[in-house]
Amino acid sequence: MLTSSSNINDGKAYKTFSGDKGLQHEEELIFSIGDINKTGVDFEQEDTYDDTFLQGLERQQPINLPGLSEPEAVRHYVRLSLNNYAIDTGIFPLGSCTMKHNPRLNEKIARLKGFSDIHPLQPISTVQGALQIMHELTEWLCEITGMHSIALSPKAGAHGELCGIMAIKEALRVRGDKRNIMLVAESAHGTNPSTAVLSGFTVHSIKANAKGTVSLASVKEAINDDVAGIMLTNPNTCGLFEPEIIAIAEAIHDCGGYFYCDGANLNAILGKAKIADLGVDAMHINLHKTFSTPHGGGGPGAGPVVLSERLAPYAPLPRIVKNDDNTYTLHEHADNSHTQQAFGRITAFHGQMGMFVRTLSYMLSHGCDGLRQISEDAVLNANYLRVHLEKTFGLPFDNKNIMHELLLDDRCLENTGITTLDFAKSLIDEGFHPMTVYFPLVVNGAMLIEPTESETRQSLDKFIQVMLALVDSAQKGEVDRFLNAPLYAPRKRIDETTAARKPILTHE
Amino acid sequence: MRYLPHTEKDREKICADIGINNAQDLFHVIPEHIRKKAVLNLPPAKSELAVERYMQNIAKKNIAADDVSFFLGAGAYKHHIPASVDMIIQRSEFLTAYTPYQPEIAQGTLQYLFEFQTQCSRLMGMEMANASMYDGSTASAEAVLAAFRITRKNKAIISGNIHPQYRDVITNLCTVSGYKTQTLPPRFMNDEELLEVFDDDTAAIIVQNPDFFGHVNDFSTLAKIAHEKNALLIVCTTECVSLGLIKTPGEMGADIAVAEGQSIGNSLNFGGPYLGLYTTKKKYMRQTPGRLCGKTVDSDGKTSYVLTLTAREQHIRREKATSNICTNSGLCTLAFSAHMSLLGQKGLHTLARINHAKAQKMYKSLSQIPKVTIYNSTFFNEFTIQLPANAADIVDRLLEDNIIAGLPVSRLIPDNPECNNLLLVCATEMTTDNDIAFFANKLQNIL
Repeated sequence: MLTSSSNINDGKAYKTFSGDKGLQHEEELIFSIGDINKTGVDFEQEDTYDDTFLQGLERQQPINLPGLSEPEAVRHYVRLSLNNYAIDTGIFPLGSCTMKHNPRLNEKIARLKGFSDIHPLQPISTVQGALQIMHELTEWLCEITGMHSIALSPKAGAHGELCGIMAIKEALRVRGDKRNIMLVAESAHGTNPSTAVLSGFTVHSIKANAKGTVSLASVKEAINDDVAGIMLTNPNTCGLFEPEIIAIAEAIHDCGGYFYCDGANLNAILGKAKIADLGVDAMHINLHKTFSTPHGGGGPGAGPVVLSERLAPYAPLPRIVKNDDNTYTLHEHADNSHTQQAFGRITAFHGQMGMFVRTLSYMLSHGCDGLRQISEDAVLNANYLRVHLEKTFGLPFDNKNIMHELLLDDRCLENTGITTLDFAKSLIDEGFHPMTVYFPLVVNGAMLIEPTESETRQSLDKFIQVMLALVDSAQKGEVDRFLNAPLYAPRKRIDETTAARKPILTHE
Repeated sequence: MRYLPHTEKDREKICADIGINNAQDLFHVIPEHIRKKAVLNLPPAKSELAVERYMQNIAKKNIAADDVSFFLGAGAYKHHIPASVDMIIQRSEFLTAYTPYQPEIAQGTLQYLFEFQTQCSRLMGMEMANASMYDGSTASAEAVLAAFRITRKNKAIISGNIHPQYRDVITNLCTVSGYKTQTLPPRFMNDEELLEVFDDDTAAIIVQNPDFFGHVNDFSTLAKIAHEKNALLIVCTTECVSLGLIKTPGEMGADIAVAEGQSIGNSLNFGGPYLGLYTTKKKYMRQTPGRLCGKTVDSDGKTSYVLTLTAREQHIRREKATSNICTNSGLCTLAFSAHMSLLGQKGLHTLARINHAKAQKMYKSLSQIPKVTIYNSTFFNEFTIQLPANAADIVDRLLEDNIIAGLPVSRLIPDNPECNNLLLVCATEMTTDNDIAFFANKLQNIL
């Protein structure tokens, strides 16, 4: 058991004259640092032009943006960066987010000018390598999932959901079917119901059973002639493999509906289950989760969608075809044949090429055995946390069959006056990024922890020790540690209520 | 395996603690017949060097824009990116951070998002901006959906001069959401004609500036017409460098202004990742899709930033959210914001002037070719020319001389014979006078 001084404010803390603290700097906005008459970009001598082609169309108001010299800009952003926690800083155990190491090789490859400096509308003969990347990525992802084909263009997970649900809607339209209900598991990510509604469906929520999974019986109960399909996450957001998933898929298919799988948790089952064998019709793959493309502080992601044979004709544009002579063709327009009834485009151009390159590089590095090992290590790490934490925290569903992430509830904080959020914030003071809290909604005070395969045993041990020590401290009534947390971050608890009540979204 | 830290001994220790023999035991919840079929028929692992060689060989099969005389725009633009921008976005703390849901340890990301929102608002002449969308096309579609929510009407009018792929994205999203769209013919329409396209159901009209064919327009009158009809004007921009020189959507009276932000700080990347800018009036704040970063204080009263008004978003509101967007274009917004910080208004204005000057030079050179007709009377850095033969064929011919001559319009508008001979050409600060002379010379020779 770790111990610490009970008086956590007994350091010889004093206010600095600068307001800065060692490596931690208070950084002004660029609007205060820069100067309207300054620029950090030098140009060759400006060409002259006349105003023939812009007469009366010039901007009237000044842009009012200050410029920064390069040293000012670099220092500004480096100082800002030091206020961020990142995977490269330490364990980032956000459940359902798969914060794993981002190999730097992939950054190097993505910056090769043959990938980064090509335009999406160049003549097809000049981008054969790009199309080869997309085709090879297709082959890898279809092999991993066992699925028939893929739509590469979705820009992120939610966009992939939209793509898959639009394909389902198009398939229904083509067969003249007006069913309009989408079943969505209660434990689903918020994007699932939101996507279904955006696509014109009515959401019918399916409750989790006492084991934290979706039971066939409750799906059958919800099924009727208006059900277009079901959206399930597998493994689900409680970290559990859905045991009745095959029977659920059959039931949905029997009623004439489609099975959409949220692929956010694919990291748990690489080489362990091909989702085609589970009866899935469409699933997005978050390349920024399972395949390590950097999260970048919230994006960009990429969300290609794998499709079953019966949904394949409804994939959006564009499509890549490998020809007999090993060249590649890009189909950018629907040809209206019966094998292609694309609903059109969901984005301009062809998708997140930068992420395709990184993903292929990542998969080539791992190879077939490495991909399987990813899932084994991810699941081993989650279960290692489970065996060391379950006695103290308790498992909400008493279900030990967890996969890549561990769902805990906050019963250990009962009567301590400490909330799940307080507990999470105290982890910040201990040098960790908190786990996902209050999600999934099926558990009160949920704490969802996904260590990923990137963490060493030593790193997990330290996390476990701190988690246990914090519970001990909470139960001893050391509430200050929690209610005032974080004390050692660049900021103390941030007032989110005022931010929402009187929104200030720009610098005036 | 270089990315997996466990040794076999580590795995044995972990298994012992869990009380299992090996990792396989943890997968028994997956039916055995499923596991048996899950064997991956894929190649074995490669070393870093081997991956590098493999990928380099594929990269070499592409012709980089840098290696030819390059005149292609049409929604993605080749501009120079300062070296410091790429260094900044490769900082671990930016590159490998998550969405800033724990604001106390994400002030770096949050502050640059706040700065980004301010930069976007000022660039577009609008009151507020969100923290980015996927790209210009999806931002356009989201803007139209927001207009339906704001006006509670159900039809959108799409300009015929909008990027054809943007039009498709907007149309598809509107259709799947149960709304109607009407696309106008691709030509100039005067005020009387425009007045007639609005009906009582019209929620918004979306136009592009500079438009797909390169024309620069003033939509001030259209804004008045739209507002008289209780509809919104949405202006979309694919070349945001133009805003350093031309009238902004805000100055024209736009209600929502969206843009593709790739031109500032982001490489061509074969079409992605890019970033969508979304700006609007403050009164439409609560109908804005995506993340918003707001200013607040911490418990010590220190200025802080935090994602706010999250009650619009899917992770809180689920089926009642304004959009399903979650992940946006975080790191691309940083590239945009860092490049914009370096430029400032002075640099952006100069950059825009140089782009326009280069395009004028190209105009003068191409207009001297007898068989070439130039369509535009206004333009920023790209314009449309009519050739005496199929533009796609001519692009292929010029490729033999290492010229990527522009976009044959028929690639995006294949079903209109009038477009077959049209070529959309673009010049930026990257275009040299030699490039222009070479292009004009070779074009004249083959016509």
